[in-house]
Amino acid sequence: METTSTLEKTLRLLALTLVVIFFMFPIVWIFLMSFQTNETILRIPPQVIFEPTLSNYTALITGKLTSAAGTLDIAFMKNLGNSVFLSVTSVALALVLGVPAAYAFARHKFKGSEDIAFTLLSFRFAPPLLVLLPLTQYFQWLGLANTYIGLIWVYQLICLPLILWIVRGYFEDISADVEYAYRIAGHSWFATFRRIALPLAGPGIAAAGLLAFIFAWNNFVFALVLASADKQPVTVGALAFVTSSGIQYGQIAAAIVLSVTPTLALALYAQRYLVEGLSLGAVKG
Amino acid sequence: MTTLQLENIVKRYKNHTVLDNLSLDVKDGETLVLFGPSGAGKTVLLRLVAGVIDPEEGRILIGGEDMTDVDAEHRGIGMAFQNFALFPHMDAFENIATPLEAKRSSADAIKAGVHRVAKLLKIDHVLTHRPKALSNGQKQRTALARALAGSPPLLLLDDPLRNVDAKLRFEMRLELPRVLAAQGATVVYVTQDYKEAMALGDRIAVMSDGRIRQIGTPEDIYNAPADIDIARLFGDPTINLLDVTPNAEVDGVSVLLSDVRIVLPGIPANTAGKSCVIGLRPEALRFVPAGTPGAIPVSVEAETPLNEKTVTLALTVRGREILVSRPAGTPGPASGSAHIAVDCASAFLFDKETGALIARHGSHTGTQGEAA
Repeated sequence: METTSTLEKTLRLLALTLVVIFFMFPIVWIFLMSFQTNETILRIPPQVIFEPTLSNYTALITGKLTSAAGTLDIAFMKNLGNSVFLSVTSVALALVLGVPAAYAFARHKFKGSEDIAFTLLSFRFAPPLLVLLPLTQYFQWLGLANTYIGLIWVYQLICLPLILWIVRGYFEDISADVEYAYRIAGHSWFATFRRIALPLAGPGIAAAGLLAFIFAWNNFVFALVLASADKQPVTVGALAFVTSSGIQYGQIAAAIVLSVTPTLALALYAQRYLVEGLSLGAVKG
Repeated sequence: MTTLQLENIVKRYKNHTVLDNLSLDVKDGETLVLFGPSGAGKTVLLRLVAGVIDPEEGRILIGGEDMTDVDAEHRGIGMAFQNFALFPHMDAFENIATPLEAKRSSADAIKAGVHRVAKLLKIDHVLTHRPKALSNGQKQRTALARALAGSPPLLLLDDPLRNVDAKLRFEMRLELPRVLAAQGATVVYVTQDYKEAMALGDRIAVMSDGRIRQIGTPEDIYNAPADIDIARLFGDPTINLLDVTPNAEVDGVSVLLSDVRIVLPGIPANTAGKSCVIGLRPEALRFVPAGTPGAIPVSVEAETPLNEKTVTLALTVRGREILVSRPAGTPGPASGSAHIAVDCASAFLFDKETGALIARHGSHTGTQGEAA
């Protein structure tokens, strides 16, 4: 009995270690690459021991990339700013639109409500490339191409269904009696929404917002087609490192580290809310 | 205090009719108990009155005013839910304060109001606790306090004692009349427990399948149940129900039990020959010495002491089971064969086909019909 459980523990630990190495290795490698020059990165065989340099980061932050072929301007910091601006405003707009909609879908079964909710979800199924071409046309006609408003609008395709469907589930988990009790006590439906439904679904809303933020942040193809250099987020901006004189692996690695940091920090910070949100359903009442 | 009238209420869910043309009149200051099995439509009825669901047809009048299309928050009702429905993110004080906040009372008035009901329900020491930190009994009292806090003229209590343990339920059953009297509200109380219904109701409305089967004082319902189902629901141990075929007599009819003829005076003679069911409350039967006129021979099968009473299971000559109840401590029958006497005045006769009570001429309500 004792031996089998010890054996089981060892095997489980081994399996977990393998999984962690498998998933973490690329991240660790990128992190190491970001402190190396292109020459040390491209050494064969690759070596873990090297002389760290901050040149990649300084190049990104100053916006001047010096390579063998000359000096190149890169707009990485501008891209990073665009990413933050686009993601934050998109998620904010999606929350403003999506949370009341989720509440309506959760609490009021009206004719066609399921169809509308499903249609909104189906935006997530469609491959973005399918809609991109007509969308580009429309945006040119409407004058929305290469504008922040246009991009934020398109980002709703990513954020809104996500927030709508996750938050709807949380609203449905709140016992209707709790809301009825507040109504009967003499409060309007809006006060009930604000004082009862919103606080109780709070962790769920935070989780949905975080997830939507990550998806918006990681979006590549919409911004690639619909925005020019000065409006592009980091995902697209990283393409600038593929230069005529070669690929700047060091800078790409540094750019990845910098662009992953905000979402990682946010996820770590919001972790407790996510856990709280998941356990809320278990202790109703 | 106020009145409540429901006029021809119909409520359907999809194709299922939950309330079928139901009308009900609750008097000023009365406590009306809605009693019935689950699925009878009691909770739906309460929610219609509260205004959180709407009827398909019919009108709801509170204090004579048509409230059918009025939103829940403007009906001036207090309601306690079976599952308490406390606000988990607020402490007990904030929970109880919600009806007072809605009235835009001053902070002092809210404080005074909360402490008044908290004291009444003996929860003033846990007001700073969140619902999670309250015991079941305290949760139930907090929910009740919240319903009472706004001093609503109409109070709806949806089986508030359902989710608390037996001891607490017993305590609250004794305490609730005092609390409700202090409040002075008109009360509609839903329960599935007949003892609770008898203890709390000025009147009881017995519901099943979306209709009110009988409405009356607890004594009325116990002493003259409208049909077999109602007779079975009230009383512990359950009423004895035996198939009989009455014979016409000079005054009323007679039935045979253990081949002994028992005369039921006042029963219309046209029931003779029909399939009927005789209902005998266990406490309307008593053991008598052999040779007593009209005594029914039985064989004693088992005795069960239940605190204040002892219940005996006996078999008639024809092998039918009969329960006899007597106050604890009184001498019981010798084991084996015994004789029981029937109090004919408190026996019920039901039509077997329709289940309806067959009325007697004159007033023949039982003499021993105290709530058990």
